[in-house]
Amino acid sequence: MQQKDVLPMKPETEADKRSAVKPVITGSEAVIRSLIAEGVETIFGYPGGAIMPIYDALYDFQDQVHHILVRHEQGATHAAQGYSRASGKVGVAFATSGPGATNLVTGLADAYMDSTPMVCITGQVAATLLGTDAFQETDVIGITMPITKWNIQVTRQEDIPGAIAKAFYIARSGRPGPVLVDITKNAQVGTFEFEYNKCEFIRSYQPVPELDNEAVTAAAALINSAKKPYIFCGHGVLLSGAENELLSLAEKAQIPIASTLLGLSAVPVDHPLYGGLLGMHGNYAPNMLTCECDLVIAVGMRFDDRVTGDVTTFVKQAKVIHIEIDAAEINKIIPADIAILADAKEALSALSQLVMPAKHDAWLEEFRFGHKKEYDKVQHRELYPESGEIKMAETVRLISEKTNGEAILVTDVGQHQMIASRYYRFKNPNTNITSGGMGTMGFSIPAAMGAKMGAPEKEVIAVVGDGCFQMTLQELGTIYQSQIGCKMVILNNNFLGMVRQWQQLFFDKRYSSTEMVNPDFIQIAKGFFIPGKKVTAREDLAAAIDEMLAHKGAYLLEVVVEKEDNVFPMVPAGAPVSTIRLE
Amino acid sequence: MQKEYTVTVYTEDRIGITNRITIIFTRRGINITSLTTAETEIPGVFKFVITVLSTREKLDKVVGQIERLIEIHRAFVHEEDEVVYQELALYKISTKALHTAGDVEKLIRENNARILTITADYFVIEKTGHQQELTDFIKKLEPYGLIEYTKSGRVAIVKWSRRFHEHLKELDKSVASY
Repeated sequence: MQQKDVLPMKPETEADKRSAVKPVITGSEAVIRSLIAEGVETIFGYPGGAIMPIYDALYDFQDQVHHILVRHEQGATHAAQGYSRASGKVGVAFATSGPGATNLVTGLADAYMDSTPMVCITGQVAATLLGTDAFQETDVIGITMPITKWNIQVTRQEDIPGAIAKAFYIARSGRPGPVLVDITKNAQVGTFEFEYNKCEFIRSYQPVPELDNEAVTAAAALINSAKKPYIFCGHGVLLSGAENELLSLAEKAQIPIASTLLGLSAVPVDHPLYGGLLGMHGNYAPNMLTCECDLVIAVGMRFDDRVTGDVTTFVKQAKVIHIEIDAAEINKIIPADIAILADAKEALSALSQLVMPAKHDAWLEEFRFGHKKEYDKVQHRELYPESGEIKMAETVRLISEKTNGEAILVTDVGQHQMIASRYYRFKNPNTNITSGGMGTMGFSIPAAMGAKMGAPEKEVIAVVGDGCFQMTLQELGTIYQSQIGCKMVILNNNFLGMVRQWQQLFFDKRYSSTEMVNPDFIQIAKGFFIPGKKVTAREDLAAAIDEMLAHKGAYLLEVVVEKEDNVFPMVPAGAPVSTIRLE
Repeated sequence: MQKEYTVTVYTEDRIGITNRITIIFTRRGINITSLTTAETEIPGVFKFVITVLSTREKLDKVVGQIERLIEIHRAFVHEEDEVVYQELALYKISTKALHTAGDVEKLIRENNARILTITADYFVIEKTGHQQELTDFIKKLEPYGLIEYTKSGRVAIVKWSRRFHEHLKELDKSVASY
């Protein structure tokens, strides 16, 4: 294989700059060299006609960039998301034009909703053919405009480095998000003098607003006078790396914390101030006490309707401090009494300094009381059943215990997701990877393989339903080919369980198209040379989980769980949070 | 309450920027009733003036979401009384009317309109003003044989702006990146 030297990316002095000889290379090689300059080591992708020159260039850089050949472009996007969420780096996906590009749509939309930095590069027909309905031509820029943070079509090779530099800057800065760069074939094959400069400024874009000290002072005053202050911890805490700052603030003034679905793992579940999960299937106490608190400190979260229920009643009795990096989220759903438009880490550390030490023992006691109520009514029978079929919750409890809460948990969408999010006892930040905003079924298997690539030293476990698994199971081929050691646990109830639960509760048990006749999952895994085991009896469950965890490499565990189990507590969609049901 | 608002947006000069802006109105089911765009005094910076029928509450959120776009400098929503604005209309009339029907000259004078061109077949009148005046003028011209009517979107200047020109000039000092 031909080796290429890494180029000097930034000449030292102006004189160097003038004398530096710029290599004349193709646009395709420029794509790869630009990615290397951005620190990219792993790419998930799928080749095809319009991106072949880029794949040809990649062939010469195999020692520097690891390309994972997925089985479907949607898998590439979810893998890039999982990679990004586990490593903190920008995920990268390649796809060809036409169907390759349209297959990226779900993953882009998911990454946009869940603020995941990702750069997708698509091949496109030659510039002369644009707009002519050429073979595999699709207007991917138009299609992805509403679901990307930014996108651009590049039709000239000399524009490639600038476009990629801007793409990475936009993807990772401010509120992160997905970016798509569409490169026409003529630009991929044309040659030019290559030079790469990282993008650090775009005049129409202010990724991190300047911290307004007056707002911080006013917020501190509200906290200092609050009797029942309450922190909502969102994804922004993780994205900004503000876990310690959040805890110092909470500990200083003894403020309980509840987490959104995507904020999970920012605060260790066993922390004394951690109150639990907000939202439709969150915990009882943290939901109920949104109606009791007198001050909400919402950090890096966007008041999703799954959190608020009926917005006209949500936290109406309380003042609201909203710490958020994205101005468009302020006052979008819940009006803020004080908005701190800033990076969470910066805002929280400034706020901590102005907040007085305080005690709120009685208030914290209300959380403990609510937790006990939920534990007695719901959790105990879910976590420690002694008879009947296996419960999802007990499976998650065992996985949590046996991994000491230290695995990266990748969940799909539905009942198993809610159960896993409720019962896994997260210890470390960025160990919860799930599709929150979009609720994309089929997310977990490709995302888990991306997460394992992004954090190879960690145990990565996908918890997936039988329905979700069948949406992207072809990625078992990728897992086998690239020898990715992620573990997969199917919680199989032979139902689209969450939809079935809604049908039971709100559609008079009319189970329309939710029962599944499933294949033999273990045989399927075997076909991809992935070992596995099916468990149907409680007494075999613990040993099977041990066996899975002891296995080096990918492993599929199928757990046949209670068929018509329901996730409780539950706030009916659009209802006030206070109507939360325990059964 | 739903009423007419003017939204102004300052943007970079990029392919597709109109699409990016209009998508945000589309998502919330807001119909754009007029849209004009042109380069500002600063080369490479464009101004959009958009009129919509909607509510203040919705539009404040729309404007936030527009400002979030990477290539948008600023976006604002204005009440009717916060802007000075004009629209321009052209009216094409049969030249015969000049000879046969009443006093066109008087009509043009009284309505602060002006004749742009006259040919053997038709002449074109231009009038600027607000929507209602411009459509009222159609009725007055109809007896003379109106052949065609067209109206522009809105151009607007904000009453409360203090130093927007200075702000744009500062932008001009920082080069637009690729």
